[in-house]
Amino acid sequence: MTTQKFETCTLPNGLQVVVQAMPSMQSAALTLMIPAGSIYDLPGKSGTSALLSEIFTRGAGDLSARELSSAFDNIGLQRSVSGGVGYLTVSAATTADRIMDAVPLIAKMLLEPHITAENFAPSRDLVYQALNAMEDEPKQRLGQYLRRCSYPTPFSNPSEGTMEDLVNLSVADVQSHFDSLMIPNEAVLGIAGNVNFADVQQAMTAAFGEWKSGTPTVLTTGEVTKSPLHIEHDSAQTHIGIAWDTVPYAHDRYFEAWATISLLSGGMSSRLFTEVREKRGLCYAISASINTQKGMARVFGYAGTTNERAQETLDVMVAEIRRIHEGITEDELQRCKARAKSTLIMQQESTMSRSSSLARDTLFLERVRTLQEIRDMLDALTVKQVRDFAVEYAPQAMALVTIGPAALDAACVAGT
Amino acid sequence: MQFHKHTLSNGLQVIAELNPAVYSVAAGFFVRTGSRDETEDVSGVSHFLEHMAFKGNDKYSADDVNRIFDEIGANYNASTGEEITMYYAAVLPEYLDPAMELLSILMQPTLLQEDFDMEKNVILEEIGMYDDQPSFTAYDTIMATHFAKHPLGQSILGTKESITALTSDQMRHYHSQQYTAGNMTLAVTGNTDFESLIAIIEKYCGHIPSGVVDRPLPEVQPVNSTHLLTRESSVQQHIMQMGIAPKGTDPRRFAAELLSVIVGDDSGSRLFWELVDPGHVEGADLGYNEYDGAGTWMTYLSCMPDEVEVNLARMQKVFDEVNRNGVTAEELEQAKNKVASRIVLRGERPMGRLTSLGGNWVYRGEYNTVADDLQIVRSLTLQDITDMLQVFPIVMYTTVGVGPRTTLETNPAPAC
Repeated sequence: MTTQKFETCTLPNGLQVVVQAMPSMQSAALTLMIPAGSIYDLPGKSGTSALLSEIFTRGAGDLSARELSSAFDNIGLQRSVSGGVGYLTVSAATTADRIMDAVPLIAKMLLEPHITAENFAPSRDLVYQALNAMEDEPKQRLGQYLRRCSYPTPFSNPSEGTMEDLVNLSVADVQSHFDSLMIPNEAVLGIAGNVNFADVQQAMTAAFGEWKSGTPTVLTTGEVTKSPLHIEHDSAQTHIGIAWDTVPYAHDRYFEAWATISLLSGGMSSRLFTEVREKRGLCYAISASINTQKGMARVFGYAGTTNERAQETLDVMVAEIRRIHEGITEDELQRCKARAKSTLIMQQESTMSRSSSLARDTLFLERVRTLQEIRDMLDALTVKQVRDFAVEYAPQAMALVTIGPAALDAACVAGT
Repeated sequence: MQFHKHTLSNGLQVIAELNPAVYSVAAGFFVRTGSRDETEDVSGVSHFLEHMAFKGNDKYSADDVNRIFDEIGANYNASTGEEITMYYAAVLPEYLDPAMELLSILMQPTLLQEDFDMEKNVILEEIGMYDDQPSFTAYDTIMATHFAKHPLGQSILGTKESITALTSDQMRHYHSQQYTAGNMTLAVTGNTDFESLIAIIEKYCGHIPSGVVDRPLPEVQPVNSTHLLTRESSVQQHIMQMGIAPKGTDPRRFAAELLSVIVGDDSGSRLFWELVDPGHVEGADLGYNEYDGAGTWMTYLSCMPDEVEVNLARMQKVFDEVNRNGVTAEELEQAKNKVASRIVLRGERPMGRLTSLGGNWVYRGEYNTVADDLQIVRSLTLQDITDMLQVFPIVMYTTVGVGPRTTLETNPAPAC
């Protein structure tokens, strides 16, 4: 097992920086997460954070959009700015000798964007185009509806925005989102690769030292949209989405939740894959995974199947979910652990995946878990614990969304 | 980093790039077979067979194969293309032996009738799934029209009809013809030593029947054509176009690759600035694809249906300008930086190296280190781009549209 060393510092403005030096790598990657995602979009203004992330790439400070893009390309920086649900995330990676050159450019992009009418119009057009494209991809649309039918507002806000709200957005909305939410106090920057802590600390202080802190926004949660929900669509397959509550990443019993879902859907020997696809040939794609936000989490299940087999697929899938606590064997749990350990170790071969883990752990746990710690937690996990969790957290009513030519009988997802 | 090669007595070629500094080892069979090697009556058999490979043999059942792969925490899967069917597993070094045993079983599955009948349903579901993805439908159709009467035009998945009609005897026959040791390359990357690797491979792969397979490489002769698949319920129009580019063995392929980055990368390229940045389209890109004895330029455009002509004209203007005046030194330098950092980042993971190691060997019998690849990219000049463009200008012969449009105005390319 490899040893890892994490070093952290907090700038006076509150920005937390977490560094993992990986001296055997040639590359370095950074992930900056700022709590400014779509959950902070105001009612009737969904898509604000998506628009802001579009605008970030359209010039900054004294640089035009093309100059900013060229400056990034000159150092071979692979980058993305995305407005997610909870966070606005910047990811960037290049060879380690050039990563420090990227830091001041990224800071400029985030702190001095050109939020102007001139940039607003094409950004809105692009968000509009992306929403149109989603209309043609039923699986993607399903995700948006499933979130709405399983999370309360504002955690259900669509990060892509909606057609209805897009027309109501103005430059002033984007500016106000920027002013109130783009603050360093609760942001985290993770950096992993062939770098050293002193250099990182110096570069971050120089680039982000002037970033002004502000008052964090407090959210209040509202309603969950009712389901089952069916969206009629002229598609070859019926796309089925199921959701239910589970515990979030920071919860004491998260690993038990993870193991439960892993029994269901981790690997090709998992129960859903075996029962729905291998034994019955009902579908090609089937999955279940945990979607975690700060403070709450859901399991999202998906299957895509031809319309005449959709009802059977749904029924078998839900039956497997409902009997997950039955007959869990030592070997079955062992397989889940083996897959998790091997994934964890292989993560050490990617600076990108390490930098995002550093940022995510710091945000959700307020510290970074070491490989050894996770390994110990996995080793300690017993069949009894997993079974107890599955019983205690067994879903009663589940959220159900379908997209396809016809609605399905939803009796199986109703609570008792 | 050490390169080794070895040929087993049955003709199986083994190539390995070993690196003690990484945590995992990846192995992959590259079988030189795909949709182009099928006859019309067995369309889709390569891909169906790839699924059947996981159904096991006399010693291990389908459940065993999935179970053992999961027990050793393998990251494993397979893919089928026009020319190569690839089976891979990445594991921690201590599990290389069981991983190799399973991979060798995939090469010689029993192909039971019962499994064949069940898996046929899964294949039909997979066809349905891709049918709901307009970009995939456009790709399948443009390959069929651009490569009309050429083996590369044959569909990877096949059709509902061809899969329904396929028999297990036809599959067994295809398997016995194509899955011979001389038609395979086993590539290994990562942390192991060559001596024990070869011992493991001799143990598990020595029984694969010998034999080489001939593959005809006819010239491609596309004719100007426009083909529309009308889907009234689509919101956007998806357009693909194809032209002729350097073959997979042509040294000019590197210049073609860099040119496609300059002209058609998803950010910072000429198409990006002309079409995406102003918000005219959801997506517009140009890619270069290399094949055995062929090569293509391929464009993808998705936008609102009534703006297709004006956007195609914008793309055409970009291509005309490049064909006439080439690119600038600054653009070339940026593209080199982009490509170089991609090579480095991908090369850090054994799984990332596996594809390029195996692909290079199967197509060209060459081994290139990451440093060699970087050197090739660095040494390309503006003259190389100009020379390549003289022979392979960005000219599109074939157009395919998927979406609501029933007619489309395109400018025919000069006869080729």
